[in-house]
Amino acid sequence: MDFRLSEEHQMVQKMVRDFAQKEVAPIIKEWDRKQEMAPHILPRMAELGILGVCLPVSDGGQGFDYLSLGLVCEELEAVDTTLRVVMSVHMGLNSMALLQWGTDEQRRRFLVPQARGEKIAAFGLTEPGVGSDVAHLTSSARRDGEDYVLNGEKTWISLATKAHHVLWFARTDPEAADPHDGISAFILETDRPGVTRGDIHGKLGVRAGSTGWIHCQDVRVPASHRLGEEGEGFRIAMSCLDNGRYTVAAGATGLIRACLEASIRYARERHAFGRPIAGFQLIQQKIAVMVQSYEAARLLYLRAGAMKNAGLRNTRETSLAKWFATEASFAAASEAIQIHGAYGYSDEYDVERYLRNARGAMIYEGTSEIHQLMQAGYALGTRTDAALRCELPAYDPVRWRG
Amino acid sequence: MNIAVCVKQTPDTAATVTVENGKVTWGDAPLVLNPWDEFAVEQALRTKEAHGGKVTAVSLGPEGAREALKQALAMGCDEAILIHDPSLAEADTLVASAVLAAALRRLESIDLAYFGRQAVDTDSGVTAAQVARRLGWPSLTLVAAVVAVDPQGRTIDVERMLEEGRQQVRAPLPAVVSVVKEIGEPRYPSFMGIRKASKAEIPIWSAADLGLSAPAPAVSWPAVLAPPRVDTQCEMITGDTPAHIAWRLVDRLLEEKVL
Repeated sequence: MDFRLSEEHQMVQKMVRDFAQKEVAPIIKEWDRKQEMAPHILPRMAELGILGVCLPVSDGGQGFDYLSLGLVCEELEAVDTTLRVVMSVHMGLNSMALLQWGTDEQRRRFLVPQARGEKIAAFGLTEPGVGSDVAHLTSSARRDGEDYVLNGEKTWISLATKAHHVLWFARTDPEAADPHDGISAFILETDRPGVTRGDIHGKLGVRAGSTGWIHCQDVRVPASHRLGEEGEGFRIAMSCLDNGRYTVAAGATGLIRACLEASIRYARERHAFGRPIAGFQLIQQKIAVMVQSYEAARLLYLRAGAMKNAGLRNTRETSLAKWFATEASFAAASEAIQIHGAYGYSDEYDVERYLRNARGAMIYEGTSEIHQLMQAGYALGTRTDAALRCELPAYDPVRWRG
Repeated sequence: MNIAVCVKQTPDTAATVTVENGKVTWGDAPLVLNPWDEFAVEQALRTKEAHGGKVTAVSLGPEGAREALKQALAMGCDEAILIHDPSLAEADTLVASAVLAAALRRLESIDLAYFGRQAVDTDSGVTAAQVARRLGWPSLTLVAAVVAVDPQGRTIDVERMLEEGRQQVRAPLPAVVSVVKEIGEPRYPSFMGIRKASKAEIPIWSAADLGLSAPAPAVSWPAVLAPPRVDTQCEMITGDTPAHIAWRLVDRLLEEKVL
């Protein structure tokens, strides 16, 4: 087993690190305070090709593999969580779903501009009254001739007010014996009549990101915009989460690294009792735990990425990576604040932002509780993953770069 | 336009450079494309974008310097050549300039050779001028802007950054140009560039390929010493008003004979 990154992976890592460090790190505090997304972020990520990193060149992407996506997310979140959130929704939850489930026509029409970053994509699953209990979502899609008519509201949607396309989940069959089978997925363009949306402010973290709500009032969508079969929506949503959670896991790993680096720096320069605090064993212990968390989180997400590359089902591994990395990133941020003392509690240093940003990831894309139920289910043999009609295609360098 | 850009691999500026057993070491810190040379690559690519042609990156260094050349390729250079020869391991700038001049001659019909103003490791800042002298080409150093290149009229107009201001200079081509950071922010490698760079085969030229027989460096490093350790003390000057603090600071500085 070779744990070394290829030269190509290292170059991707450096390129994205340079972008985040040079263009975002110096200004992120200001936008976090403003609770707005810096306007240059999405255009620059598009221009640099980051928004299409792991999609085939023939679909408008850059032709890199799924490991590259993970490395990109780690680098982005090492600077700010909101950068990684862009990759989670635009790439993990939406574009990769089009790659996996989309028809040739849907890929040509929607995926190509998304891969090029000309169109921004989001994911509309969560509703005001429905989070973990996806099967009971209440948004509706009624068939009417060649169209569907969408009604309902989605909330806590990242990039709600920035996105051009939203993957929208709605109930097409309220009578379905099993509510899981009554849901379908739609590609919704946000400029359709009847779509309204807005931003949510006052969040604990990811304040320099865009999180909002989207409302559909009698929005007509052509039937050709349905992704997958009617009734396949729940399975599609879960497959999207396998990819979204992967980006969250990789990002949280980057956040642990940021906590670790900030803690090392501060522990070396801050003196107490006549020496740098790095000399005290209780500080060393905190740093050692962060190292352990970082390395373990990294191995977990890289394994999930390698499985995606190989075309292997990775729901279990991705869930484990996401659960571990997000919990560990919150713990690391909390300890990083402890190491920084009162300075860490103020926004003079970055670590308080790390803590606020880490917290949300224990809720979105499967709460920590959901992941524990999943892991217990696999271990006890009460949970298995049924094969999907369309699996995420394995990374094939010839197809991706052809 | 046939453009060359001469680059060096150096330790990262973030690395902690120390001396161990009489040798300079930066531990396991990564080696990078000399940051000044990134500006040279940027300007070489801009010249190509404006006038067409190709950009060849050239480096003298150990086999590992291939990494720095790959970075230049990923940024958009068309080709790269590594000059590597055990006999050149201790090269000073006289040797390096002889090697690079020979390489530029071997590349044939180079119109412009770009350099960064200096390398962040040895900081001599004279290689570009020495290469120009060896080739008999104009040496345009400290260039902050390339104002115009006229491939037909065979001239280049540049602005040099001097302490007194900017000096406009025109020179005939071919010329050697060494750039300062005001030339413009270097681009990041593109994903397409990274794909190309990771596949690229970089040819290695030896001293013999360049018709050089192990030139002897004029400079040697008989001893390398770490700067003596200075213990610094931090003293906080406090007071009721900024003026009060300033006066106390002045008093302390006079007391310490700093002023």
